[in-house]
Order: sequence, then structure tokens, then C-alpha cells
Amino acid sequence: MSRPEQDAGAVSVLELRGVSKTYGQEPALVHALAGVDLSVRAGEMVAVMGPSGSGKSTLLTIAGSLEEPTSGNVLVCGMPLAGMARGRRARLRRRVIGYVFQDFNLLPGLTAAENAALPLELDGVPAPRARAAGLAALEALGVAGRAGWFPDQLSGGERQRVAIARAVVGDRRLLLADEPSGALDSVNAGEVMRLLHEACQRGVAAVVVTHDAQLAAWADRIVLLRDGRMTGHTTRPPGPESLLTGETR
Amino acid sequence: MSVPHVLLALLSEGAKYGLQLREEFEAGTGEVWPLNVGQVYRTLGRLERDGLAESDDTGQDGPQKRYRITGEGQRVLAAWLRTPPDLTSPPRDELVMKVLVAARVPGTDAHEVILAHRVYLLELMQQWTRLKEGEARDDLSLALVVDSELFRLDAVIRWLDAAEVRLARAAAEPPRPASAPAPAPQLRRLGARR
Repeated sequence: MSRPEQDAGAVSVLELRGVSKTYGQEPALVHALAGVDLSVRAGEMVAVMGPSGSGKSTLLTIAGSLEEPTSGNVLVCGMPLAGMARGRRARLRRRVIGYVFQDFNLLPGLTAAENAALPLELDGVPAPRARAAGLAALEALGVAGRAGWFPDQLSGGERQRVAIARAVVGDRRLLLADEPSGALDSVNAGEVMRLLHEACQRGVAAVVVTHDAQLAAWADRIVLLRDGRMTGHTTRPPGPESLLTGETR
Repeated sequence: MSVPHVLLALLSEGAKYGLQLREEFEAGTGEVWPLNVGQVYRTLGRLERDGLAESDDTGQDGPQKRYRITGEGQRVLAAWLRTPPDLTSPPRDELVMKVLVAARVPGTDAHEVILAHRVYLLELMQQWTRLKEGEARDDLSLALVVDSELFRLDAVIRWLDAAEVRLARAAAEPPRPASAPAPAPQLRRLGARR
């Protein structure tokens, strides 16, 4: 498949070039990913859809440098991950990449503000500065009023907002989300996607893995994965006005 | 969609002019279903004839007339709201037909056909979602219409997913022996709407 179209000259925050990943050995070799090309630029949200076992989660863990590809190259903010020293790679993960998980993964003993500030504190940012950035992130996600609350005192929707705040805190450039709406109802799940999309509008690049078409539809581009290969992608559709005038096709 | 019943619903809030009804109809349906003014007056004429609405007896036609719902109109409206639409037989859906036919046309990759439809449906869903993100945030009627459309398109995509799995399984199964013809599928006995 040809590479999804890009704006000429746009800087890619994430770039996968011919990425393949295999597990096991012949004859039981499993091709989780086969020659995947994907480029995500600043401010863009890309959704990855596909059936179970299509390679969606593998793509995300490789993009997040948590796993290495068998072949091909991954570049984050123009820096190739291959051959990068372990410490430098860990730093890149802490400073540049934010993760949103299906089950939120907030630390129960920390308040919402402490959870949001945690990645910066782990990265050695002085506590007052980390806390201020954590609060700013909570503010942007509309949960500053819950700063002193613990995760078990928050609703599911609030917990996921705190998790997104933690993922974008500081100067994160790349957001990676695996089924980020968890078990939320459809209205709250849509709200989570709206918040992720707003984060992108502030300049973050995001890759969201989901099996849910309604959530994927929030993305600027949807790529379809099947048996480890990219089989298709949406092109930028016309604006929504065309729906009201019957000019969709 | 039943224009007469929606007009009755608007009249149940109080007496209204024809042009006002058109504006409120469009606003109340998120402006997704446009309605021309001629259609409004024709429908009002029929509602009046059937005793479901009545107008000021000014002797004038057109924009000067104000309409109100009658007791019978209120009864008919209440009954309509609680009567489920007829969904007993499957609609003759063109997309379903295309996938059914694709599976039989020699040299046609049904998965490729499904992929083309899936991409188109996803692009449509992206457009509706942009509407939800923008105008529909402050417009409850539009938000409800957009949700309905997104659930409908989502259901079609899920059907495509299921169809793809079924076709892949069928392709992997050994062909049935000629002496044992497949039983007629249940669907053949179902009537199709339209």
C-alpha cells in the first residue's frame, strides 16, 4: 500500500519505515507486523483500527520504544530509535512520549495532581515546577477541581481525564493511547476522544489504537491494519457542512 | 419521517404560523432534514382537513394564518409517539446486496470490496464526528441526530467486520459435496422492505 498522504514539508513526530515484527521461530513464526509505514505529524491524531491479532498493540509498543522491531526504522521527533543508548531512550520515553492506557493506570496512593506531575518528577524536574505543570494539565482537561482527590474518589471519566493530563504534562510531543476509553459509556468515551483531539490541536501528535469506529472517527486519519499489514486508510474527508447539503458523494 | 406528526408536536407547544413551523422544524431536527415552505402549508392543509389542527378564521391563506393543535390532534400525536415503526423485515440495503453479490462474482476479492466500503463509511463517520465536535456541542437536537447517524454507520461497519470473518471462514472450509445441497437460507423466506 502506498504511504498515506502528508502535507509537504510537515515535520513528523513519529515515523515508522518498513517496520516488521516477528515472534517465535520457524515453523511457528508469527508476523505481528509486516512492512508498516506510518508517519504522524505534530497536531495530527491517527487512529489505528483492525481486528484482534491484527498487530495494533504491537505497533503501539514499537512506536513507544517499549519493544524493538525485527526490521525497519522508527523515528521519534526525527531521532532514530535503533542504536539509541538505553538511558537516552528511557529519557525520550519520559520526556517526549505520553501513554494512555485502557485501565487508566493511575497510582492509587497519589492524588490527581501528584499522578499528573509524576512523569516530570521521575524525570528530575524540581517538585514545585512539576506540580505547577501537573495542575496546568489538570486545568486544561477540566479536572483542576479534583487536584487533591485520590483515584478511588474519582468517577471513571475523571480518572481518564487525569490519565490524559499525566500523558500530556510538560512538553510531550507524542501521545500513544491503547483503547483509551476503557469501559466508559459511549458519551464519556466520546468525551475522552474529544479531549485527546483537543490535545492534538494544541500541537501534540497522537496514535490511538481502537476497535471502535465511533472513537476512531475522532481522528484526522484512520489506518486499517490486518494480519500485520496496513490495508487501507481514510483520506481527509470534506468538512461536515457537506452532510447538511447532501454533497457527501 | 413523518412531517405531519412533527408539525403536530410543534403545535402542541402553542399556536404557530407556517413559516415559524418550518424554522422550528429545521432547528428541531438539527437542520439535517430541510423542509420547503410549500410542503409545510400542504401538510397544514391536510391536518386541518382531518381535524387534527385548526387555524385562525381570518379568511386569509399563507403566512397570516396561525395554526393550533386540536384535541384529536393531541390524541393522534400521543399514539404516534408510542407506536414503534415497522422494522420487522430487513430493508433492501444496497451495501448488503453488493457484498452478497461480490462473494459470487468470479475473480472478485470480496475483502477488497468490503475494504472500500469500510473506508467510505469511516470517512462519513469522521464528518459526522466533526459536526459533533463543532455545532452539535451546543445544539441538543443536532447532537441527537448526529449520534443516531454515527450508531447507524457503526452498525454497518460491524456488519462488514462480521461479513469479512464469515467469508474468510467459508473460503477456508472444504466445498460441500454436490449430493448434499445446502438448505435454503432462512432469509429467503423473509420479505424485504421497499
